[in-house]
Order: sequence, then C-alpha cells, then structure tokens
Amino acid sequence: MIELSSQEWTAVALSLRIATVATLVSLPFGIAVATLLARKEFWGKSLLDAIVYLPLVLPPVVTGYLLLITLGRRAPVGAFLADHFGIVFSFRWTGAALACGVMAFPLMVRAIRLSIEAIDRRLEDAAATLGANRMWLFLTITLPLALPGIIAGMMLAFARALGEFGATITFVSNIPGETQTISAAIYTLTQVPGGDRAALSLVIVSVIISLAALIASEWFARRAQARLHGA
Amino acid sequence: MLTVDIEKKLGEFSVNARFESESGATVLFGPSGAGKTSLINMIAGLLKPDRGKISLDGETLFDSAARIDVPAARRRIGYVFQEGRLFPHLSVRHNLDYGRWMGGHAPDPVAFAHAVELLDIGPLLDRRPGKLSGGERQRVAVGRALLMRPRLLLLDEPLASLDAARKADILPYLTRLRDEAKVPMIYVSHDAAEVKRIASRVVRLDGGRVMSTDSVDLL
Repeated sequence: MIELSSQEWTAVALSLRIATVATLVSLPFGIAVATLLARKEFWGKSLLDAIVYLPLVLPPVVTGYLLLITLGRRAPVGAFLADHFGIVFSFRWTGAALACGVMAFPLMVRAIRLSIEAIDRRLEDAAATLGANRMWLFLTITLPLALPGIIAGMMLAFARALGEFGATITFVSNIPGETQTISAAIYTLTQVPGGDRAALSLVIVSVIISLAALIASEWFARRAQARLHGA
Repeated sequence: MLTVDIEKKLGEFSVNARFESESGATVLFGPSGAGKTSLINMIAGLLKPDRGKISLDGETLFDSAARIDVPAARRRIGYVFQEGRLFPHLSVRHNLDYGRWMGGHAPDPVAFAHAVELLDIGPLLDRRPGKLSGGERQRVAVGRALLMRPRLLLLDEPLASLDAARKADILPYLTRLRDEAKVPMIYVSHDAAEVKRIASRVVRLDGGRVMSTDSVDLL
C-alpha cells in the first residue's frame, strides 16, 4: 500500500530531522520569551509580543522571503554568519530548520506563556519565604509547574515544523536530500504525471507521523499533569 | 526581637502599625479586613510598606529612609499561610526539605525527626500534597516553615480553613510549637477562643491601626 522510492523516504527522514532540530533549538528561546512576556512589564513589551506572533499572521512565503533577504548567503546577517562562523543557511537543511523554527515559534511561546501565567503566584511567594532566590524559584517551582504547557508547546511546534512548506521553499528552495521536506515532496509529485501513487503514500506516512506525535504529546502531557497533582 | 513601625496605603484604608515582639506567641488580633495579613506580608518581605522601618534581632529588614529592603528570600522568616501553599509537584518530604535545600544547609536528621514527631506527620512523608486532608496539609506547612530554621515564624490564620474538630486537633500542636521550638511566633487570628489558648501577648488591630498591646487576660 505504501510504495515509496528512496527519494521519498529521504524526504520523510529529512522532515523528521528538521522538525526535531527546529523544536529543540527554539525551546530555550521559547521558554525565555514566554517567561519574559508572562512575568515582566517593560517598555516595548507590546512590540516584542507583536514580533513574536508575526509569523503566525504573515503569509508563510512572506516570512520565507524576509528570511532570505536577511539571512541568505549574500544578505547582511547571513554573510556575517557565513564568513565569521561558517554557518550557512541558503540551500541547506539548517536553513529549512530555521524557517520551520521561526514559523513554529509563536505556537510554542503561546502555549508556554499561558502555562506560566496559570501558575499560582502565591506558591512562588511561599518559595521565596523559604529562601528561594529568583533563579532557584524559576528552576524548582515555575518550570516544573509549567511543564504540561512546555510539552504542549513543543508538540505544537514539532507538528507545525513537520508541515512547513511556504517559508521553507521560499528561503531554501526544494532540493531533494537537503531541503525537500514531506510537503515539498508531495507538492513536486502532484506536479508530475504519474506521481499520484507516491504522493498518496507520502500523505499516508505523513498522517501516521502526525497521529503518533499527537498521541505521544497527549500521553506526556497527561503524565506531567498527574505528577503535578499528587498522583 | 522584632520591631515594626510602618505605614502603607491599601486602597480605601491604610495600615499604620507600630509594635514590638519578643519571645513566645504574639497574636495579631482583629476583625477581617483589619490589615493583619498585609502587616505580616510586609514583615515577610512579600509586600513593601510605603514608609517606615522593620528590624529583627538588630538587623534592619526594611527602612524607607535608608532605602533598605531585604528581599523575602534573605529574611529567614518562616511563614505558614492560611491555605498551606504546599508545592503540589513535590512529596511531603521534599516540601519539608525545601527550606533547608534553598538555604544550602546539610541535612539534619535530628531536626527533621523532631519536627515530624512534633507535628505527627511521619505517615505522610512520601505522599503528595494532593492526597492530604486540610488538617494534614496545615501540619506539613508548619513543619516546612519550621525546618528552614527561621528566626521568626509568621502564621496567618493557619486554622481558618479547618472545621472545628480539625481546629481542636491542631491547636495542641501549635501550643506545643510555641513552648518547644525556640522560635518567636507572630500569629494572626480573628478567633478569640483560639487566641486565648495560644497567645503570650495580644496586639489588637482595627482599621489598619494598632489599638492596644495587652496581655491575654484583657481580651
């Protein structure tokens, strides 16, 4: 039923790798930004808020183009990174991971922020009276209690990254084995006569992966919730 | 020795309190809304007075004129909250150890065993707060505050959320605490019967002001 050539399996493996890297790398930033937005008041807060959520509202191709003109090989920041650190995004899977990370970031931040805002501040007050300074309070009280939201944020980000198409293809194009993710591969197959069977196989694989990710995230989130409430 | 002389505006009324407290249990007594909880929150460092001075054992914790405001985490003042506020993701044992852990002190099995015995919470040690009754939670909350080796213990109506039977159960623990743990206590209450049993002296509060500081007999 699922008949895929090696090129298509490569696309599957690449998508998984890109989505995993995008999620893990953006996690610390996601937690930092979510904590900042949840807990601090500062000048420019609404601006930061808007910038973080921008990829959610902009057309993905626009986001991809913005990435291209800032982080492309010959663009200002991209050239700096390539010349001084050897980091290249153009036409590389790292660029695909970046595009996916950027697109998924608002979803991650939103879930984590809500979860932090839901934490009873009185518990943090109690921890303070017991001698916890701000760093320890964050590590021992805030983060553990926000865990269900962090897991939810990671899974949302992963799912979004897995399905990313518009920004990726605009920023790093559609290179088999390097930047051709599942969505791009399916798209390419539908443009070619006789590619329907392979396209359908890829679609089935895609659905299976997404279902597995959703079920796993539900399970982890439930376990975290149970641990929090005294099970 | 605790010295308090502070002022704070809270919405409609202001708290304006001056009193001193030595050993034993000083009860802050007064009706709801008299500013008792705000007052001990200021002593704990969870709320900042507008003006005034708070000092404990010679150390200035707060002085508006000198711009001193020691953060709550460094005041070493234990606080038993009305709702307990145990950490739901930690076992009873870890809740009890939290203060010691944050202070960086080595484990003290003798002190731990003593607190557990004093409050009769031995059987509860490996449970989670979610699985405790109200009375059990409050006893663990007292143990947690005690085990951080505080210089002063604040208790904000610790029995208020319990029914009469539970209150009668726990009050002996608190009087024993007053007599055996050598930590001065500031105990907030609006229940005269409770106050009579526990107080070494009473500071009456009404409308945010200290009305009198008496011995218990004048209640």
